[in-house]
Order: sequence, then C-alpha cells, then structure tokens
Amino acid sequence: MQRREFVQLAGLGAGALILPMSMMGNEIPVEALLDPGMDVAMKKKLADVALNTAKSLGASYADARIGRYLNQYVFTREDKVQNTVNTESFGIGIRVIADGTWGFASTNEVNEEGIKKATQQAVAIARANSSIQKEPVVLAPVKSHGEVSWKTPIKKDFKEVPVSEKVDLLLSANAAAMDNGANFVNSALFMVNEQKYFASTEGSYIDQDVHRIWPTFGVTAIDREAGKFKSRDALSAPMGMGYEYMDGLASEKVEGPNGLILYRNSYDMIEDAKNAALQAKEKLTAKSVDPGKYDLALEPNHLGLTIHESVGHPLELDRVLGYEANYAGTSFATLDKWKSGDFKYGSDIVNLVADKTQPHSLGAVGYDDEGVKTKKWDLVRNGVLTNYQAIRDQVHIIDQNESHGCCYSESWNDVQFQRMPNVSLEPGKEKYSIHDMVKDIEKGIYIAGRGSYSIDQQRYNFQFGGTLFYEIKDGEIAGMLDDVAYQSNTQEFWNSCTKICDKDDYRMFGSFFDGKGQPPQVSAVSHGCSTARFDDVNVINTGRTV
Amino acid sequence: MAIYTREEARQLMEKALAFSKADNCVINLSGSESGNIRYARNTVSTSGHRSNQSMVVESSFGKKSGTATIDEFDDASLEKVVRRSEELAQLSPENPEFMEPLGPQQYDESKSYVEATANISPEDRAKVAGTSIEAAAAKDVTAAGFLNDSEGFSALMNSKGLFAYSQNTNIDFTVTMRSNDGTGSGWVSRDFNDVNKFDAAEASKVAIDKAVMSRNARAIEPGKYTVILEPAAADGLLSGLGRAVSARTADEGRSFMSKGDGTKLGEKVVDERVTIYSDPLDPRVPTATWNSEGTPLKKTMWIEDGVVKNLAYSRFWADKKGAELVPFPSNFIMEGGNATRDELIKSTKRGILVTRLWYIRSVDPQTLLYTGLTRDGTFYIEDGEIKYPVKNFRFNESPIIMLNNLEELGEQVRIDGSLIPYMKIRDFTFTSLSDAV
Repeated sequence: MQRREFVQLAGLGAGALILPMSMMGNEIPVEALLDPGMDVAMKKKLADVALNTAKSLGASYADARIGRYLNQYVFTREDKVQNTVNTESFGIGIRVIADGTWGFASTNEVNEEGIKKATQQAVAIARANSSIQKEPVVLAPVKSHGEVSWKTPIKKDFKEVPVSEKVDLLLSANAAAMDNGANFVNSALFMVNEQKYFASTEGSYIDQDVHRIWPTFGVTAIDREAGKFKSRDALSAPMGMGYEYMDGLASEKVEGPNGLILYRNSYDMIEDAKNAALQAKEKLTAKSVDPGKYDLALEPNHLGLTIHESVGHPLELDRVLGYEANYAGTSFATLDKWKSGDFKYGSDIVNLVADKTQPHSLGAVGYDDEGVKTKKWDLVRNGVLTNYQAIRDQVHIIDQNESHGCCYSESWNDVQFQRMPNVSLEPGKEKYSIHDMVKDIEKGIYIAGRGSYSIDQQRYNFQFGGTLFYEIKDGEIAGMLDDVAYQSNTQEFWNSCTKICDKDDYRMFGSFFDGKGQPPQVSAVSHGCSTARFDDVNVINTGRTV
Repeated sequence: MAIYTREEARQLMEKALAFSKADNCVINLSGSESGNIRYARNTVSTSGHRSNQSMVVESSFGKKSGTATIDEFDDASLEKVVRRSEELAQLSPENPEFMEPLGPQQYDESKSYVEATANISPEDRAKVAGTSIEAAAAKDVTAAGFLNDSEGFSALMNSKGLFAYSQNTNIDFTVTMRSNDGTGSGWVSRDFNDVNKFDAAEASKVAIDKAVMSRNARAIEPGKYTVILEPAAADGLLSGLGRAVSARTADEGRSFMSKGDGTKLGEKVVDERVTIYSDPLDPRVPTATWNSEGTPLKKTMWIEDGVVKNLAYSRFWADKKGAELVPFPSNFIMEGGNATRDELIKSTKRGILVTRLWYIRSVDPQTLLYTGLTRDGTFYIEDGEIKYPVKNFRFNESPIIMLNNLEELGEQVRIDGSLIPYMKIRDFTFTSLSDAV
C-alpha cells in the first residue's frame, strides 16, 4: 500500500478498513440492490452502438462491457455495528484495436451519445499509441457464441437476505468470541454481485450474473502484564457462493488435528469465533519454535496462499514476458524451461491445474471478459511444467491457437487483461487422511490458515507464516507453537512434496484482493488442495525483543 | 469538467445543504481528472484517462446517520441525494461512536496544486514513455514503466457552518530497467506536485545505470550487515512505523505503542538522532490542510530526538479519553543529515547498498517485525567503494530495531509523498538469499 493512501484512510479514524476503489461505488438504499437494472435487449442495443461506432472509425476489433457492480458490506466490532454499506457502480468500457494497437475508454453515461464519445476516445488513444507500438496485436480466434447467459449457481441471493439477519449473525459471532475470553473482535461480511454484459465484433453477446461472499473476523487476546497480544483470524474462505455459505452445515466440517474444526463449502461463523478466542488465548503462552528443519503438514486454507504465490503468479504469461516487470515482477518459469518439456516444477505426485469452471470457486464464470468460454487445463502434470495462463493476444507467443479464457477486468472502467484463474493442487489418489499424515511425521509442524506472506519478484524465494501452528513429535501433536515462519525456494519446495491427502480433505482457499497491473486492479481467485506434506523445510523463529 | 473552483463548489454545496431537514448534514464534494501511460518490453502497453466526480451526503438524527452518494448535480439530483441519506439515517441503528460535525474552522492555504501538472496532455505522456524507451534501447536494456498524473479538488461543508476547499495535482513515475541478458535490473521512482520538477531522462538514466551495474550479481552469505538504505528502501519499512501511531490501538493494548496499561508516549524508542514529523505546508511535500473530519492539519511532531511525542486521535477517541485531538499525519518527514549517498558509501568499510525493498509484509505487529526482499540494485561496498553487485536478500527486520542501529543519516529525498533521508544502519538482518533479478 502506498503511504499516501494510508494517510488518507487513517484520517477516517483508527481501524478504518482499507478497500480498493473497485470495491466501492455509489451508496444506494438496500432495496435498490434488488432492482433488476437495465434489461438485456437494451444492453445489446447500446453495446452495438459501441461496436458499430468502432467499426465505422476503422477499428479492426471492438468489445464492449456493460457492468453493474453491486456490493453489500457489514462491519461490526464487539457489540457494535460499525457500518452497513450498499453500493452500485454502473457503466461501460470499450476496447478497440485500431492500427494494430489497443485503445480503451469508459464512461458512466450509458446512452448512445456517451457510448459514441467513449468509443471515439478509445480509437483515438489506439491511434496515438500506434506510433510507439512495435508489433501489431495478434488475436487468437474465438468462437462466436451468439446470445448466451451464465449465472453462479447460488441457493440464497444475499440481496434477498435482510441486513438485520446478517448483523445478528456477526454480533452473535462476536459475542461467542467475547464470552470465551477475547479482548477484541472485529467481524465483517462482504457480498458482491457482478452483473456483466459482454459484446464483441466477433459476434458474441454474453450476459453473466456472478456472486461472491466472504465472512471474516479477527479476534485479539491480550496479556497486559506480559505486554503481549495475539490474534487469530477466521478460518473461513471467500467463496463463489450465495448466502447459503453461512449455513454452517455439519456435513461440510472437517476435523483436523487436535480437534481443530475446518470448513469446506459451508461455514459456521459462531463456532469458529468461539474457537478463535480459545486459540488466541492459548497462543499467548504457546512455545516459541526452535528454528531448524521440519517436515511440514500444510492445511488447505494455508497452502492455498502458497500455491497462489509460488505457482499461480509465476505461470502468468504476461509476467513471464515482462509486461509486469515494473510492478508485480517477472518470473523464474521462463519460456526455455517450459519448452524443454522436462522442467521439474515439483515431485512426481504434484499435479497443478488451472480451472475457470470449478463450482464454488471465486474464479468460476461461463465466459471470460473477452468472450472466451472458460475451461480447465494443466499447468504442472506429474511434476513437469506443461503450460501457462494466457489470453487471446498472448497464446500465439507460446505457439497455441486457443485462449485459456482467463481475461478479467475489476470493473467497467478498467481495461481487461490476463488474470490468474483458480489454480489448484490435485488431491492424492490413495486413501490418506490428515490423521494418517500426522502419524507418519517424526519431527514436524502442522500449519493451518493464512498468515504473513512474502515472495520475490521472480517467485523463487518465499516466506510464509500461518494462523495456527502445532508441533508434531513422533507421530503425535505435541502442542501449540508460536513465532513460526518457513522460508524456501519454489522449485525446491514443490519437489519436497512427499504426500498429499485424498479428496475427502480437499478444500478451497481464496482471496478477494489479488493485485496486478498499473493502475492496479484486484481480482478474486480460489485455490483448492488437500493437506500436503513437504519434507525438510527451513523454519525460522520470528520472535524479537524491542 | 470534474474540477470545480472554490466558489463553484461552495454554491453547489449550499444548494444541496438547503434541502436538508436532518439534525446535522455533512457534504463532501470531490472531483478528479487523471491520465496514465504504461509501457513494457520497450513499447507502450496501455494508456487511459479517468474523470470522476461525486458528492457524498451524510445526514444524522441524534446518533443515527446515513450516507448517500451521487455524481449528477442538477437540482433534482441534489434533493434526491439529501432525502436518500435522511431515509437511510432514520433506518440505521444508533452509532455509539457518532460525533457531531465540527463548527467553522480556520485553515492554512494549501500549496499542493500546480497548474502545469493539470495541463499534461496525452502527447506529453507519450513523450515521457518515448524518452525512457529510447534511452533504454541505446544501452541494451528493456524498459517497463508507468506514469500517472492527476488533478483534483475536494470540498467539505456542514450544517454547523464549516467550509473547506483544496486542490491538488500529482505526478507519479516509476520505471524498471532490465538488461537484455536478464542478469541486471534497476528501478527509479519520482513523484511531485509540480511536473516541472520531473525529468524523465534523468530518472530513466538512474534506473538504466543500476541495471547495467547490477549484471551478474555474486552470492554472498546472508547475515547481519551494515546497509546504506536509499530513501525508497527505508520508506517501505518506515510505513510500518507510520501505521503504529494510532492512540486507540495503543490504548487498547494491541500495538507496538502499547505498554502495560498505558502507552509508550514520552518514551525513547529509537536513536536520539531520529526526528519524524508531518507538515502539510512543507513546500517539498505539500498536502491538504484539513482531513475528512474537517480538522485543521498542522505541523505535528511524532518522534523527536528518539522520543514518542504524539499519538494520533480520531475525534471520537480524543473525546472519549479527554485527550487533545491530534489528527493522523498527511505526510511523513524524517529529518536527515548533510551526507550525500556517495559520502555515505565512502565512509563505509564493509556494507551493502540497497536500492529498494519489495513485498514487505508484517510478521509480528507486536515488535513491528517485517519481512521482504531487496530488489533492482543491491551492491557490496568495501573500503568506501561499490565493489560488485550481489544477489538479492530476504530480510526480517523491525523499523524500531533498525532505527536503534542507526550509524548515520544522509540527505532527504521526496519519495511517495514523504521526505526520507538516506541512512546507514548497522546489523541489518538478512535471513536468506534469492535468485531473483
């Protein structure tokens, strides 16, 4: 985060939540969330205005995205509601190719006049930039889909659930934490509905209705005498689901080591908040880790972030090619390694797949933001690097003729570009539970939940913390640890993967805020896996005295 | 046009306020125009222009408040946004932390607007990209950069008679230069309110020179080293300290600034040569002179001679604690010394020069421990000279430990809206090596 942003937000008062601009919009009354918005026939008519204007100005390609982004957020702390927010953002983004160069413009004047003006701007920008463009844009062919639609398969639309019910749930979770010894608790519910209409000169008109939800909290326990504070965050995951994620179904709970309760596709927030308070207090007196080499058992809600940073990002083709060099960085997974056909990314049991169709995932859509039908493909098979993530104007560089369908823009007023699909580790094929895994480890650490994370700009060296750490000694849990972080190198780490639990342990981690690009855009993405074992990983102690 | 003058803003806000029937009404009006260009692989990749304007109305009845936003300003829209905020306020639960709006205040005149920056054209942006790309190509280097310029205004009016207005302009430029053999990388960042202070050729040269100099880096053992942190590198870690000034989290016992039942206010926490303050009127890093609550912003000392002088209070927290209101800082100025970067290198027997730190994340909020990596130009110094480039390191370090291990401060440089000096630090903790270039 830039300090200037921080200063601005801090001015709102301590504890002000930091949200990217795309997560905001104009505030609206809650009933307005249920307004169906512009009908599809009108969207088609207006999108055609953009496409026809672009063509008449000599553009060789154009697409138009009419987007209505609805957000609802609820924030509470202890026994207080801090804020409930309902926002809407509505407008159109137009992208063209003229003189072999991309141009983009957007407007919130979604009418014939506004759209014509924005399209002219997009074409003018393309022409202005063509003078310093080295190679013309090459687009992979795409099927014309005609008029189609897609919707996240939700059971309960958050827009139809009263705000009071959501507030009650958060306050009950807070009370459960406070009753069990927490000193402070902040909780929040983020709910998002992207209503996206896409049309292009390739002949597709695609209407999509995308839903996402993220319940979360942070519980803090304080020992004033010892001058210590510890926090334990929620073990929920943001999901591509409706409000049914909040049902807390017993059938979706997974029992981890030491009685830890973990959640699959349904979340029990009150139960997790209670456990969080007990575990935050336990952390205050947990043993500080002895640094050294350990075998790590990494739980899905933790390992998902490691997959994100060490597999998801390095295999983005635009990073590999240098387009992100000035911001997110480049990649160690260079084209020569991929072309060799035998680059060992991981051990033989490591299979990593990209998937834009996985149910309940944040990245699931029917079509990407340039009208390509989504799919699933291999990135690493039997440990060997097999492919990247690429979109229409990139796949020709890796001698392929079909886009992978992972183009995305965070809003109507940002240009779409290649974004990470869900990238997941396939579960082990043999029956093997987390309890079996603990029994097989002599000297190890079980890590659950996300913590501190940092990786270099080419994705070699990383360091991860976690939410909860348990020492494993001679096949048994020996108690809670603190001050744990592990450091490794991507290729070394994935090649040290010796066991993966079976599909019964499979769960998804997710993030609403994967950042990339300049100006930066966020994107929501999930990473699924079962608990996996990594041998002889370097663990450091992060405790300090100041 | 999204930019209103003081009088245009005042008239529009008065018109909206006249529709209010609430106990209190606060109106924020803001607008901005910004343009950008992005390039990579020595060619332009994207460019764009953004125009935003919005009016945010917060109405309140007792401790119940509601907010509504609008981006159209005809009379009907103004009335609609005020009514909507009133309806939302009536439906809201009481906010125990609600504060009545402030009455009229005296503000200093802000110096953060420069006309020349507001007049930047798409051609100017393309020229910056072109200058940078040409210079790179001439040295067998590839440029990836981003330029963003903006002009904006912000105004605040409330039913207690308060009115505040300010304008600002900004230009932000970064470029990463990578040698075409893939073994060297350099970077530079420049930001100003006044575009006339920006020289694309000079900035690009700094990054190109670093890319060329950093080729074929050698691996040296991680461990504790004396480091010379360039201001961009120090800035990344000092932001962590900036975030720790909240009085509320300190009072609540969950901050580095907490101590027993109290706080570290008045305690020496870092070397006595460290003085950090904020000042919205400093001509090198000017900002608005009021914040979103309408509180006037003045020069405020945060750490003086190593001692914590102030913690920041929101109006609510100041009221609850019976403390003096101390608004959060709008910039960050750390006093420096006279030494240039070269002089700091000359006086170093053995050390590492660090261009920047990257992917900085909190590891332990209790001790302000952060991790991250060096990037885009890391060099080994021996006997007062840069000897050779070294591979990047991962660090685990706290700005508190770092500022206690201070050897020497150098000249200040503007970075990311703040003024940060070059600094020489002993025993900076590098914990592992990275192969990343």
